Amino acid sequence: MGAYGAYVWSCFVLTAIVFLICEWRARLRQRQVYRDIEVRVKVLGGRQ
Amino acid sequence: MWNLLHRLASPPHFYRLAAGMIPWFAVSGLLAVAYGAYAGLFIAPPDYQQGDAFRIIYVHVPSAYLSMMAYVIMATGAGIGLIWRMKLAHAVAAAAAPLGAWFTFLALVTGSIWGRPMWGTWWEWGDPRLTSELVMLFLYFGYIALRGAIDDTAKADRASAVLALVGAVNVPIIHFSVEWWSSLHQGPTLIRKGGPAIDSAMLYPLLAMILGFTLLFGALLLRRVRTEVLYRERRTKWVREMILSTPGNNL
Repeated sequence: MGAYGAYVWSCFVLTAIVFLICEWRARLRQRQVYRDIEVRVKVLGGRQ
Repeated sequence: MWNLLHRLASPPHFYRLAAGMIPWFAVSGLLAVAYGAYAGLFIAPPDYQQGDAFRIIYVHVPSAYLSMMAYVIMATGAGIGLIWRMKLAHAVAAAAAPLGAWFTFLALVTGSIWGRPMWGTWWEWGDPRLTSELVMLFLYFGYIALRGAIDDTAKADRASAVLALVGAVNVPIIHFSVEWWSSLHQGPTLIRKGGPAIDSAMLYPLLAMILGFTLLFGALLLRRVRTEVLYRERRTKWVREMILSTPGNNL
């Protein structure tokens, strides 16, 4: 890559990081929503 | 046809269908990106003018393309939701916005990193392509902030849909900016009269990267839409039954 190596590799690494952040945030939100509903369903179930 | 569309748009049906689709999108996307990245970094020859710096296009072009595609998906979902009041369409629009913002950010940063050695500057305010892409990032931020500011989901859907539709005018401006105005940014390379202006040794890895990014974006979008559907349908019977039948392992 010569003199451009730092530019090229930083772009590829940044892209990988963005993909990982997107995946992590999507999973995190999914887990939060699922757990909130699970708690709500259990509370409602206990009242019935 | 309408029956099929209605069935697809049914939240429980979509929720289950998307769960089966995500692994296929993710695995095929990773394979395409692995080939595209390897061929783009190690097999494609250096450009005769830009040298190895041209290899940045293998992440910059797919990111820029996805930044616009995400907006088109968001605006289309918002429009369908607004006109036909389809709940799933609003969920798609809401799920596409954060992803669009991330890919717009990526397109701007990788473009800036490419601009430093090629143009001698990180940023040029007078350039229409750069500025219109930055405006799109602000439109995504505005859309996300507006949704976050309104507690009522139905009201948030309507208000944000209007913003998404108004902002859609920026998409053709970004695409044609390099033809309409004098720009530092190079003209179209792939979609142009007379075919792509790039050698096939450089073109195939780029097409693989575009395909791979699109598939991975699809996997991310489906995961986000599933979550959005789950949240919106949290008080419904099918969600309650699903939670009770598979506690903790339906992710």
